[in-house]
Amino acid sequence: MAHPAWRPSADLATLRLRAELLARIRAFFAARRVLEVETPALSAAAITEPNLASFSTVYTGPGSRYGQMLYLHTSPEFPMKRLLAAGSGCIYQIARVFRDGEAGRRHNPEFTLLEWYRVGFDHHRLMDEVAELATALLAGRLALAAPERLSYCELFQRHLDLNPHQASVVDLAACAGARGVPIPPGMPADDANPWLDLLLTHCIEPRLGAGRLTFVHDYLASQAALARLRPGDPPIGERFELYLNGVELANGFHELGDAGEQRRRFEAENAARRALGLPVMPVDENLLAALEAGLPDCAGVALGFDRLVMLAAGKAFIQDVIAFPVNIA
Amino acid sequence: MATYSTNEFKSGLKIMLDGDPYAIVENEFVKPGKGQAFNRVKVRNLKTGRTIERTFKSGDTAEGADVVDVELQYLYNDGEYWHFMDQQSYEQLTADAAAVGDAAKWLKEEAICQVTLWNGVPLSVAAPNFVIMTIVETDPGVRGDTSGGGGKPATLETGAVVRVPLFVQSGEVIKVDTRTGEYVSRVKE
Repeated sequence: MAHPAWRPSADLATLRLRAELLARIRAFFAARRVLEVETPALSAAAITEPNLASFSTVYTGPGSRYGQMLYLHTSPEFPMKRLLAAGSGCIYQIARVFRDGEAGRRHNPEFTLLEWYRVGFDHHRLMDEVAELATALLAGRLALAAPERLSYCELFQRHLDLNPHQASVVDLAACAGARGVPIPPGMPADDANPWLDLLLTHCIEPRLGAGRLTFVHDYLASQAALARLRPGDPPIGERFELYLNGVELANGFHELGDAGEQRRRFEAENAARRALGLPVMPVDENLLAALEAGLPDCAGVALGFDRLVMLAAGKAFIQDVIAFPVNIA
Repeated sequence: MATYSTNEFKSGLKIMLDGDPYAIVENEFVKPGKGQAFNRVKVRNLKTGRTIERTFKSGDTAEGADVVDVELQYLYNDGEYWHFMDQQSYEQLTADAAAVGDAAKWLKEEAICQVTLWNGVPLSVAAPNFVIMTIVETDPGVRGDTSGGGGKPATLETGAVVRVPLFVQSGEVIKVDTRTGEYVSRVKE
């Protein structure tokens, strides 16, 4: 019999650092009068995004004699927006979230997200606050140059001399080929996004945020996720991502408040799921009703806490900062 | 042969790519938070030994390669092929020069070798780590030199040439490490 791996994979010093950073995050938000909240990990509704896979379980008991399918949240976004619509004001949450299919040196299928919403902020003002928090938490542990901010378009132009708004699948495939990126079998001929992700993960991300917080903002409309669109030619998704030392650390939105537009995006994502042979997910009608009632103008961001600890502790593997990662959970 | 999902990828797994068998050396999962997940793998071509990079969309599959390592006894060389025997089944297998490669010069009749089979055919042959062989030719050494410093070339019974200490003579039996091609010691008959 194999020797049971009962010991934690993270050392005690790192676990102490986790606790210290959690305390400092709570102090940061307390000083700014942002309210800590808790929302359910289990929900009858789930995220529709095709690139995220929800765990599911069955509840049987009072109110559900024959069993009801419940999904573990991939982020606490939907119920937090219901709180915002109900007048909570600025809120934050430190939540354990769950994503099926994700394990690697920077992924564990359950991990800790710090998610917060700022009423009256747009995505640029929220980027300022993310930079303040990250700089404060990493001070004395990482030498950081001044943060930089560039658009998704500038990012691709700078690194690959390519305009992501205009490049066709043929252009993107040629760029990947010219840079020696091995092209995976089964890449679609009619969807540029997986090609952009291929170039991002292979050619850009490893060099992104070297020694400084790098914010990438203003995404393609097709990658807007839950961000509002700024009208224009082309329209722009008011979304941002934060990178540091090649690690994707946070994702934020100037939040979409239009219930009709949100419903169309859910339905489009479920249609994409159907086309890919993935399960269609139950749409969160409670969120849509809350948006209908009125979401205050706000920006929100989710920051991967485990990855922040990795950077603060100088660890290359997420398994070095989680006591019991999935392989020994 | 089975197919493997990227979720089963790990180092050592043997898969088919472009008609050749490969072994996975490294496997990394990469995924933008809102985007397509990929497995970036480094794979070694088991025919050529070359290592290359490949990328799969996570969740996709690769065909498994029917590659196994077996211990076979070397029988003889017929001038073109090397003949081996499975000591359990007495089945005989032949390997060509590409499969035997550098191991050829260390193969002594009756030696037990690790042979990698692909679809039942020898793909590569590893000589035993240590072989015991007779020196068929070497210059007479300097009398009284027992230090082994310097050394001299010696031709072994299979034609392999190794450096031996000056005191070692023709007709003597020596032990050689085939991984480094270095003399280890004299062996008493």
